[in-house]
Amino acid sequence: MFDLDRWREIFQSISKNKLRSALSGFTVAFAILLFTLLFGIGNGLQNTFKNEFAKDAINSIYIFANRTTKAYKGNQIGRRIQFKNDDFEFIKEKYSDKIQMISPRLQRGATVVYKTEEDNYTIRGVYPRYDLLESAEVTEGRFLNIRDINKKSKVVVIGRMVEKDLFGQISAYGKLLNIGGIMYKVIGVFSDPGGDSDERFIYTPFTTMQQIYGNNDHIDEFGMTYDPKLSVDEAITFSNQMHRALKKKHEVDPNDQRGIRVNNYAEGNKNVSSMMVVLGILILIIGSGTLIAGVVGISNIMVYIVKERTKELGIRKAVGATPKSIISMIMLEAVFITALSGYFGLMLGVGILELAGPTLKKYFILNPGVSTPVVVGATITLILAGVIAGYLPAKKAANIKPIVALRAD
Amino acid sequence: MIRIENLHKSYPIGKDSLHVLKGLDLHIKEGEFVSIMGSSGSGKSTLLNIVGLLDSHDEGNYFLNGELIENLNEKKAAILRNKFLGFVFQSFNLISYKTALENVALPLYYKGVGRKERAEIALSYLEKVGLKDWAHHLPSELSGGQKQRVAIARALVTKPKVVLADEPTGALDSTTTDSVMDLLKEINDEGMTVFVITHEEEVAEQTNRIVRLKDGVIISDEYTLKAKAV
Repeated sequence: MFDLDRWREIFQSISKNKLRSALSGFTVAFAILLFTLLFGIGNGLQNTFKNEFAKDAINSIYIFANRTTKAYKGNQIGRRIQFKNDDFEFIKEKYSDKIQMISPRLQRGATVVYKTEEDNYTIRGVYPRYDLLESAEVTEGRFLNIRDINKKSKVVVIGRMVEKDLFGQISAYGKLLNIGGIMYKVIGVFSDPGGDSDERFIYTPFTTMQQIYGNNDHIDEFGMTYDPKLSVDEAITFSNQMHRALKKKHEVDPNDQRGIRVNNYAEGNKNVSSMMVVLGILILIIGSGTLIAGVVGISNIMVYIVKERTKELGIRKAVGATPKSIISMIMLEAVFITALSGYFGLMLGVGILELAGPTLKKYFILNPGVSTPVVVGATITLILAGVIAGYLPAKKAANIKPIVALRAD
Repeated sequence: MIRIENLHKSYPIGKDSLHVLKGLDLHIKEGEFVSIMGSSGSGKSTLLNIVGLLDSHDEGNYFLNGELIENLNEKKAAILRNKFLGFVFQSFNLISYKTALENVALPLYYKGVGRKERAEIALSYLEKVGLKDWAHHLPSELSGGQKQRVAIARALVTKPKVVLADEPTGALDSTTTDSVMDLLKEINDEGMTVFVITHEEEVAEQTNRIVRLKDGVIISDEYTLKAKAV
């Protein structure tokens, strides 16, 4: 229940005892500020790692075909391996339980024209959800869907840099692009954490591409992501199995390193992910350490406040305050101050991170920031600490005999 | 109003215990103006604390307004204090960050009286003690006598049955002592029971009944000339 009178008492007590209020407020604000800064910088470091080592989805596997380097089963050396649509079906069916998404890929360079602007770009024919593989994010419109594949639609999803190069300031969405003499409609624009070069790709439905370039059932490569539930070791076992199966299917010597290549990012990411885990733990330790320091600080201050107010509490009791009203007064005051200053410290910290963010890029700290739940959780922890730290002495003070309290000077 | 039968109280001091009150019997009727006299250590403050429900007794019976006081928890004591008792202390015990008016209004706040009504009642009591113009001053801006008058106004504001004053003039000079005693007399004339603790003869003489304590027992209990004159 909101009791205006009670809050009036509390506000008066806060505003008339500025030093005391400022002291406890400062402790909380400072703890939250430090927490925000440390956590933010830690997150920034983690972002840098993610960015440097895991530009694409960390659970991705690519399969490439090349010329064989060994003669095998009557086949000559240097034979060119060509994936076809039936390989796609083969992998999809055989490993459906381990694959999150898979897409065949065709890739050609082409001249792309919009009105008077023209440039050369790489066109990739892919399946829906290929964006997952590149960690691309569609910022406008949508990515390819299965209807585009079935209908062999002449649509494209272009990278941010393509839009910037060809369209300048205006939006590319819904416009028609001339690619190699054929008109395609732009149905989406994406950004890619991989950077400018990854944002110069143009994606079109795989089936459309297959029909226009070659009109056969050839496939250049496969890209897939494995089920994220698989551990790194399971993922490596899976890709090795798939590798052997494909070699067998295409009659490639099991020891041939080039005929068919399977590139599993899990292997490279293994070290990076364990490093990120360590970094995460480090951040957690630093963050909770700061919080504990804050908790200790606010606890001390609450003990001091209650001690300082013993006489006042005695007077209040002599004129009829019940122990409950004394406790709730101290609690509400503590909660109010910690919540307010916690919020202040948070805002200050976020502001500093925001301002210092660009400068910190030099020091391998990218997009430092903290997630709202973390900070809210931290603030709540401090408030709880204030409550608990205040409750024990407040309870003691409330139960102390008024005559003893009044004697205190 | 106040009836005490065979009251005992002792305080633990280390392993021993100090027997402060050794079987007091006292009956104070409604509307009396009583002073308790005694040197320090006679147990007079202890008596007041027990009467004021600020402390508990070990043995004997205490009736306040006909009600037997026993097994009091803090909450019940707080309610009874708020309802029946008003306190005046030697060291005034005003809350330093509250104005005179707010200090006087505080007991009403704990009684659950609305804000506006509180201010009105408190102001009328400040007027009664002659401090209406000082209502919005902080205790630090008041003289000792004024502070004590604020404290008396605070003691009266809930219309208690008994006003308990613990050395109300102990920190005041003789002129202000007289004005404070005049005020207490005035209150008593209006029918309120006033219970003063003092070690000053001049103060005690202004009351109607003097109870003398020594080493935890009552050595004399007599009505003053003033009372006989009335």
